[in-house]
Amino acid sequence: MSDDHGSSVISAQVRHVESLLESRGLLDAGEIDTRIDEFLAGGSPANGARIVARAWVDPGFAERLLADANSAIREVGLSMAGGLQEQRLKVVANTADEHNVVVCTLCSCYPIALLGPSPGWYKSEAYRSRVVRDPRGVLAEFGVELPAGTSVAVWDASAESRYMVLPRRPDGTEGLAEDELAALVTRKGLIGTAVV
Amino acid sequence: MGTDPFAPGVRVRTRATDPAGHTRLPRYARGAVGVLVEQAGRHPLADDRARGVPADPQPVWHVRFAAADLFGVGDHTVTVELWQDYLTPIEEAP
Repeated sequence: MSDDHGSSVISAQVRHVESLLESRGLLDAGEIDTRIDEFLAGGSPANGARIVARAWVDPGFAERLLADANSAIREVGLSMAGGLQEQRLKVVANTADEHNVVVCTLCSCYPIALLGPSPGWYKSEAYRSRVVRDPRGVLAEFGVELPAGTSVAVWDASAESRYMVLPRRPDGTEGLAEDELAALVTRKGLIGTAVV
Repeated sequence: MGTDPFAPGVRVRTRATDPAGHTRLPRYARGAVGVLVEQAGRHPLADDRARGVPADPQPVWHVRFAAADLFGVGDHTVTVELWQDYLTPIEEAP
């Protein structure tokens, strides 16, 4: 699904609708590309990593983040309001007892503003159909072996919310500065298909 | 006494029918029993929006299911975000 669909039927349909909208003066030439570029601008896993690092060093921020992520991320200069309307963000925290993993089984919903465009595997039918049924098996294929006592919580982004995982802070990182901590956080860690 | 039957902790059963058009109730979560976790805002029903039918915003809920109740196996949970129209509270035995 991350492939180039330039010659597909749907692409032809989209181009046709786009040209009709332009010919009726409802859309400027190239406006859709501009809007998409604006939407994606600044979207990067570095944003999610920055949020995580702040939560690791500031327990008060972590508490606010888990209670009301949309408000909390404004404290670090980020927002979920880059699209047509602000999207609700739900941050779920990994603990010693529970590991979280995010999926969109119906399509590919994803917090683009915080994580950038989603990876191809996230949009694959294999990931979307299998991770809800057998998350331990899928996580094992990603190299994540969870202790038997750790429960797994799968979050299906089936409606309007977007999800991000707050990974556990790795052992031995007590002396690191916030930006050094952020550098440890991976995109997979923010989706839940890796531990940090 | 609260009059709203929808609140965190309430057990609900999801709609079992397979609609002809667009829906955001995933097939694997149809006719299943889960627990309301929290409300995730209010939004017009996606099914209606997809059909171009006017729709008022309604509560959307995070509903948590035990994997075993969905798939027959599994020790994990799956939390799905569902419009209130998909859900019927289960009357608890007094």
